[in-house]
Amino acid sequence: MTAMGSLILRTATRLLLPLLLLFSLFVLLRGHDEPGGGFIAGLVGATGFALYLFAFDAERTRSLMGVDPRLLLGLGLFAATVSGLPGTLLGHAFYTSLWWTPTLPLLGEVKLSTPLLFDIGVYLVVLGSVMTIVLALAGAEEKAEETTWNR
Amino acid sequence: MLLAVLSGFILCALAPWLTRSLGDRAGWLLAILPAGLFAYFLGWIPEVIETGAVTLQYPWIPGLDINLSFLVDGLSLLFALLISGIGTFIIIYAGGYLHGDPYLPRFYAIMFAFTAAMLGVVLSDNLLTLFVFWELTSITSYLLIGYHHEDKEARWCALQGLFVTVAGGLALLAGLLMLAVAAGGEYTLSGILASDGLQEYPFYTAMVLAILAGTFTKSAQVPFHFWLPNAMAAPTPVSAFLHSATMVKAGVYLMARLNPALGGTELWFYMLGIFGAVTMFTGSFMALRSTGIKAMLAYSTIMALGTLTMLIGIGTEAAIVAAMAFLLAHALYKAALFMLAGVLDHETGTKDITRMGGLRRAMPITFVTACVAALSLAGLPPLFGFIAKELMFEATLHGGALTTFTTVLALLSAIMIMAVAAIFALRPFIGARTETPKSPHEGPLSMLIGPVVLAALSLVFGVAAFIPEAALLQAAVTAVHGRPVDFHLYLWHGVNVPLLLSAIAIVIGLLAFRFWDAVLAGFRRMPFIDRLGPERGYERLMDGLVWLAEWQTRVLQNGYMSNYIITLVLTTVALTGWTLFVHTGTAIPLGDINVRIYEWFTVGLILAGALFATITGSRLTAVAALGMAGFGVALVFVEFSAPDLGTTQIMVETLTVILLVLVLYRLPAFVNFSSPGTRLRDALIAASFGGLMTLLILVVHDINVAEPISDQLVQWSYPEGHGRNIVNVILVDFRALDTLGEIFVVGLAAIGVYAMIQLRAEDRRQ
Repeated sequence: MTAMGSLILRTATRLLLPLLLLFSLFVLLRGHDEPGGGFIAGLVGATGFALYLFAFDAERTRSLMGVDPRLLLGLGLFAATVSGLPGTLLGHAFYTSLWWTPTLPLLGEVKLSTPLLFDIGVYLVVLGSVMTIVLALAGAEEKAEETTWNR
Repeated sequence: MLLAVLSGFILCALAPWLTRSLGDRAGWLLAILPAGLFAYFLGWIPEVIETGAVTLQYPWIPGLDINLSFLVDGLSLLFALLISGIGTFIIIYAGGYLHGDPYLPRFYAIMFAFTAAMLGVVLSDNLLTLFVFWELTSITSYLLIGYHHEDKEARWCALQGLFVTVAGGLALLAGLLMLAVAAGGEYTLSGILASDGLQEYPFYTAMVLAILAGTFTKSAQVPFHFWLPNAMAAPTPVSAFLHSATMVKAGVYLMARLNPALGGTELWFYMLGIFGAVTMFTGSFMALRSTGIKAMLAYSTIMALGTLTMLIGIGTEAAIVAAMAFLLAHALYKAALFMLAGVLDHETGTKDITRMGGLRRAMPITFVTACVAALSLAGLPPLFGFIAKELMFEATLHGGALTTFTTVLALLSAIMIMAVAAIFALRPFIGARTETPKSPHEGPLSMLIGPVVLAALSLVFGVAAFIPEAALLQAAVTAVHGRPVDFHLYLWHGVNVPLLLSAIAIVIGLLAFRFWDAVLAGFRRMPFIDRLGPERGYERLMDGLVWLAEWQTRVLQNGYMSNYIITLVLTTVALTGWTLFVHTGTAIPLGDINVRIYEWFTVGLILAGALFATITGSRLTAVAALGMAGFGVALVFVEFSAPDLGTTQIMVETLTVILLVLVLYRLPAFVNFSSPGTRLRDALIAASFGGLMTLLILVVHDINVAEPISDQLVQWSYPEGHGRNIVNVILVDFRALDTLGEIFVVGLAAIGVYAMIQLRAEDRRQ
């Protein structure tokens, strides 16, 4: 993998990755009214990290992410499941959506809701799943390379 | 009542923690719950005697009209008292028997769940809740029988019991549903018992056979009896509980419960009468052949279950009275005997009765208790078992068409059981002291209190038979027979035929005991008995199942990706194509197809990509070409104003290319192994699939199965879902549960891929 990491790609990645991650958050949050949503946003985020993986290596990508993608996966499933509970607690059916639109300073009116929490769950699951697979594959690749070197 | 039934499940959750914190005294303290339940059920007696039956309802799933309803009458109360009463002693006993066992907390947890499930079976009024509790007893008993889970044999036995009872359970479910339909959609037992005309139901035979398949497997009737002796793999407290008051009695309970509704027909009479009598005989015969102390008792349980089934089948007033008396007598002595067998096993270190002898001095209390309980098993006065046995003879002597058959088998069984009882009570204790693996001494209080109290009750109920009669048996007989029966239990019935039969049984039985070694040797010369038997059939069936599974795995899961794809594609083409042909005929609507110039361009892009991918000689080119086709599809989505789909498609294509590039390096060289013939075949299959999809798209516009829901979703999107992106509103709000399922699949797939990669990596390292 190291062979792929040219200087240009590395430099560009350093600039592109934050933009891609910001964009994925943007796509996630606008998703309810404009094209977007948790699924696409998760894929965008994963693409960003995959780019970083190509520019550097699996180990550095992992440390950049800070959390194990498997944990993201689990957290996402948890968030998506839990988002159905508030409705149940208020006596409605499971996954009845609840909305809360407080007015915050600077931001103005904000739409907060259980579907938003659900969508964040979807986002984390997609991001976590793709990164789990990609990092595992890349990691296995690098280990295979190491063993060939050592031989 | 709700709390009474469910308290076992609550304690099941707390038991592991309680057992750890209470230490040695855990058994005594945990027994407070079943003891409390026993007292609670005792409190119901006056009301049941007065009103006959009480039903209680608690809403459970009100939307589906499913209630947790309970039916308390003589029969369910008799069972509930046996379960909670004997359960109390079993819990105490287990504290002594499994003292210091690291899995004791787990044992108590399963035990309480099992007890609660059993109470649920006998107290449920709703057929569906009854069935749920019924299956819960199968599952929890599986865990109890397989308690020594490191032992392969124990696991095998537990699994056998589970398979047999759960297979029967499936039949039972069908039978119960038919029963509900026959009763006009009535799902409560109380309602079914009150409705008449069930015997005229057109599928009466099928219904009865299905229900009996459930009860016969559960109650270990021939030819399903083989799982019960194997269930001895369980620790003794479990065996004592399963055999005396619970599990196997569930089948008897259901037959007794449904007797007023289903009984009175020839089918019922002959099925129960014949199978019951044969089971009774088989059980006592196998008991006499056994030398293992628990095996003996297990087979004698089969005898008892057969007797009960037979008596319910005969169905006369006398037979029902006999059945209820026998049920009570058997529960009392069998629990006591099993617990004593556990004491002997625990203190001597062997289960083989031929290796025990002269223990009366070392274990005097055990000896006396064993004698009392065995007298009840043998049916000797003045024990309660004697009354039950006399009533049984009385019933078989008036057994209608089966009189001779049942009476002869009953007499033979009585002879053999007499011998078995004598062997159990005397053989380990009298004669010369033999060497045993452990030096024997009297068992601890926790292990003796149960047998002593239960054996004493056998004696008290025998001498003062009016106590159980007035308190319970009258009400129970009324419930089973459907109307009140006037009867009184006495120890002394005068000199009559049953007494004569008893006398014959005692004399020949004692002779068999005297010459038991010779009898055993005789049985050993007949090894063909072992080779017969339905257990072989069970083994064959299981082997066949495994063979079938292996065969279909070899055929379907053969590891060749191309075969998987061919199977999937051809199945889809055949099934979908068939449906398409049947529904639309051969007419292909070509209508007016307007294609714009840029659409031609997109189509050309996709086609070129796909074509190039199939003919290229380089893997990397193939990946890139497929990517081109994918991006073309994304363009189509965008052209038809589905930006969400388009973006998703682009992201997926990108990631697919990334993943492929990551694995490309690992793949072997890209060589073409396939012959031109194979390639032609693949091309044909691919073309058929592509053609089918094209046809589908063409006709799908003309087929309108139902009014499309999409217009409504568009309308609701903003007012109901607070969002203008309909796709997203559907995903996260309208159909959130579907999406939840999907993301779970995504997550599981990721974990699966991860596990496979890691496993391979580990294999490499080794």
